[in-house]
Amino acid sequence: MKNNRRANSFALFGMPYYFWAIAFIIIPLLLVLYYGLTSEAGTISLENVFAIARPAHAKALFLSVLLSVGCTVVCLLLAYPLCLIMVNRQKAQNSFLLFMLIIPMWMNFMLRTYAWQSLLEKHGVLNTFLNTIGLPSLHLINTPGAIIFGMVYDFLPFMILPIYNALQKIDPNLIHAAHDLGAGFWQTLWKVILPLSMPGIISGITMVFVPGLTTFVISALLGGGKVLLIGNVIEQEFTQAYDWHLGSGLSLVLLLFIVINMILSSVFDREGNGGLL
Amino acid sequence: MKKTKRNLGNLYIALIFIFMYAPIVMLIIQSFNASKSRGRWGGFTTFWYQELFQNESIMEAFTNTIILAILSAAIAVVIGTAAAIALARMKKRPRQTWLGITNIPMLNADIVTGVALMLLFTTVNVQLGFGTVLLSHVTFNIPYVILNIMPRFRELPPHIYEAAQDLGAGPIEAFFKVIFPEILPGVISGGLMAFTMSIDDFIITYFTTGSGYNTLSTKIYAEVKLGIKPEIYALSSIIFVTVLILLILLSRSGSKGRKMVKEVAL
Repeated sequence: MKNNRRANSFALFGMPYYFWAIAFIIIPLLLVLYYGLTSEAGTISLENVFAIARPAHAKALFLSVLLSVGCTVVCLLLAYPLCLIMVNRQKAQNSFLLFMLIIPMWMNFMLRTYAWQSLLEKHGVLNTFLNTIGLPSLHLINTPGAIIFGMVYDFLPFMILPIYNALQKIDPNLIHAAHDLGAGFWQTLWKVILPLSMPGIISGITMVFVPGLTTFVISALLGGGKVLLIGNVIEQEFTQAYDWHLGSGLSLVLLLFIVINMILSSVFDREGNGGLL
Repeated sequence: MKKTKRNLGNLYIALIFIFMYAPIVMLIIQSFNASKSRGRWGGFTTFWYQELFQNESIMEAFTNTIILAILSAAIAVVIGTAAAIALARMKKRPRQTWLGITNIPMLNADIVTGVALMLLFTTVNVQLGFGTVLLSHVTFNIPYVILNIMPRFRELPPHIYEAAQDLGAGPIEAFFKVIFPEILPGVISGGLMAFTMSIDDFIITYFTTGSGYNTLSTKIYAEVKLGIKPEIYALSSIIFVTVLILLILLSRSGSKGRKMVKEVAL
């Protein structure tokens, strides 16, 4: 009897949160669903979801997928060697390096992205540098290339941290054993290290792909308004065109991608030991 | 051979760091640039640093950001801690359902979360502004608090609370003397994380704010189109250097400080 009462009083502690979660997590998502699946007249219709097939929208979505896949691949290719180099160093040195890697996040992310404008510009720092060492200028600003550049810059730490954590957990004896059994560097990497670091890679991919796919800020800052991503389209529907139905319908398409991404990552990461937390 | 390999490694690390720090160096240089246009160097000046404190709209956005972060983190800590206590004692099934819901704001794209909250606020016809932004920030902050506290409960001996009561402690005393000290590290790291998430946020603030209420992020975004005022560079340089010094001091102040740095930083 007494025990029951105790349990009940603890259950009451959760009430504010249950209320909060229903009001501010569940109901808003249901509203997106409602607006996305109804027309202006209030009848149920799929036209706003299928609106993704309109050429302008399909192009934006295609470009978003392309750029975020590109950004994810580049992040992976940059982060993996870095983490491999780092795990072979002393721990004290590494925690300093990781610390230094996180510090930039304390400068407002939009300002940092904006700063790339001055760096990538026609007569900007990068091109001046390239010209002085005798290389031709790169025309990057206001192109999809600049957007990938900005995405990689913004999301690289999210790839590095989980991969580093995963690599750090690998028992060095397994690598010694592989060498003893005659495996060379590449074979050890391919057959031992890579599979064991998979959870880190998967969680890195998840953490980079979704923000890349859905960004509208980076494209606004570095695309010069010339490159429209699906995030920009949705943003405009809500803040300029005020077509909530269309905006919600397109958001549902994005949600579909997010859910697929989540399912894939949970399938590949069955042990559930990836992630930062 | 081994040495060249090590040097190559160092070179690679250096290149990544140049990449990460180039824009920051750029912004700090810009804050001392006498010329207003960012492409041209007009000589060294500290003018923008003096000007910054005269600029009411920037200072207001800055105080808004700080007040919002403190308030939203504090509310999230209270609600989230209480929720974690309840969830820890729940049966497995409902607990997993609630934790699943808790994960939604973390896994969802910010743009969808922002749009969804905006639909809610405008549907029930609330004036967009400080209030709606605060509600939104608390919403995405609570999960960080809950997920930082939950693992602490798993480490707790199962009947420690009942044992304290059997030894004569009242329910409140038992909670504050036995359970609370154990989960406190989780509460602190959850709160710090919530604080940094709130400071960092742009997208959700952007969709849930109304005219007249700006945080630093929304202020900067509005200015991007017109050209950013050099005062903003000055302000963010100050913030950056302050945080850098604080974190370095903390990490030098012993193992506890280092742990805290790790938690804030991540």
